[in-house]
Amino acid sequence: MKNFLRLNASLFYWVLVAPFKGQMFKFSPIFRQMVFIGVRATPMVALTAFSVGVTLAMQAAHSLQQLGAEIYVPDLVMVTLLREMGPVLIAVIVIGRSGSAVAAELGTMKVSEEIEALEVMAINPISYLIVPRFLAMLVMLPALTILGNYIGVFGGWAVCRFALNFNTAGYVLRALESAETWDLYSGMIKSAVFAWIIITIACNAGLHVEGGAEGVGQATTSSVVQALLAMLVTNAILTAVFFFGA
Amino acid sequence: MIPETEPVVEVVDLFRKFGNRSVIDGISLKVQRGETLVIMGGSGCGKSTLLRHIIGVMKPTAGSVKIFGNEITTMNDREIDEIRRRFGMLFQSGALLASLTVGENVALPLLQHTDLSAEEIQEIVAQKLQTVGLNGFENLKPAEISGGMRKRVGLARALALDPELLFSDEPTSGLDPIMTAVVDRLTLELTQGAGMTAVVVTHDMTSAFRIATRMIMLGRGKIIAQGTPDEIRTSPDPEVQQFINGEADGPMPLNLSQDDHEHHPHVKARPLVSARRRFHHKIP
Repeated sequence: MKNFLRLNASLFYWVLVAPFKGQMFKFSPIFRQMVFIGVRATPMVALTAFSVGVTLAMQAAHSLQQLGAEIYVPDLVMVTLLREMGPVLIAVIVIGRSGSAVAAELGTMKVSEEIEALEVMAINPISYLIVPRFLAMLVMLPALTILGNYIGVFGGWAVCRFALNFNTAGYVLRALESAETWDLYSGMIKSAVFAWIIITIACNAGLHVEGGAEGVGQATTSSVVQALLAMLVTNAILTAVFFFGA
Repeated sequence: MIPETEPVVEVVDLFRKFGNRSVIDGISLKVQRGETLVIMGGSGCGKSTLLRHIIGVMKPTAGSVKIFGNEITTMNDREIDEIRRRFGMLFQSGALLASLTVGENVALPLLQHTDLSAEEIQEIVAQKLQTVGLNGFENLKPAEISGGMRKRVGLARALALDPELLFSDEPTSGLDPIMTAVVDRLTLELTQGAGMTAVVVTHDMTSAFRIATRMIMLGRGKIIAQGTPDEIRTSPDPEVQQFINGEADGPMPLNLSQDDHEHHPHVKARPLVSARRRFHHKIP
């Protein structure tokens, strides 16, 4: 925990203070990480979001049909995706894919003395290794979430269009009408918070690996478990704050 | 800038304890400009630990370490970085970044600490790789070359900024005799020709006697002998003779007890329960 706070403090310094002292971060490593964390994850995110959209529409149709209210299926799909399912499930995918990869990569660098070598070359490991990953995650997780929202809504449309006799215009209109901008924004805020949780937990686990290959494995596993738990608990808290307070 | 008489590295009464075991037990040494100091000693005698204290990766329990006349034991990270830009360090394993190519590894300090253009950096990288005999290896990944080659790339990287001072941890272990001679000659050229200072940790005696202007032998965290290569070679101390001649029988202890080793930094405290489980898989 002490290490985690110290990591956050130095991240804060390198992202928000150092650029104004003339130590601007370099953009090319950020883009490289963005491609790895974001672009390469799009097929997985698309498949997940599509499945979730389809599932939501089918479950909603089943329940709402009994009330004769199929007309509300698009509302339910849209709002659930924007507020909860989009941010959470895409964060789950990113934890499993990128969080574990970051922890394992940094852990391997730690045990093979690479991080010590960076320090001795007067290159700060936080600014050289962690800042690009942090910023890439902070940009790409919300971006992936937006993509996932679109594809999930598209999955809902597929069910409505081919199984429930909606026409496309009707689906789109109802979906847009039901959602408010706050639904989208709250999801984006969640996404950004999840991004911070995922990347700081993964980096912290990786940077403090001890004990060779075995240690790298343990750190990777524990970073995934911790990130999942922290993310789900935070989600519950944020939902309470955004939609249940007042 | 620095007067010629001031030592480049000065260590005074350095102590380091892990638990109640002294790994470094009152070491003092000085390295003058242009010297090549070889630190030798058996495995586990504290020579790598000493090197880590000199480069500021580990902090001592007591004592002082000065590099270029600056006390580094009390410095913060940013001050220490200023000093680190002026020296190079070759790690035992090479410690190359596995995600970068050989060329990018050598270019790394140049990219981070200078404003040179891409072409200039490329030229310096090619020239440094040439001096360690790895012409045209720029585009290979560290995983694609042998351990000895990795070490030579590590040396090229350590030399990239033309440091005034070079630390090497076992520069020749894992190299064939010819490459050892090449690395030794390179060290000699740099120290005698370019006035670089070198601190080399090694237990390769051939190489040590070839490059050293002064030698220090460590044992049990203390300096047990020091002097010029000739003085060491003719030293009457039986431990020194045993070490430099590589004899199995002699005054140096062969066996370490686990109790002596338990406070070593690599040894982690294990809770009693898990230790029992390790040996008795089924606890009733």
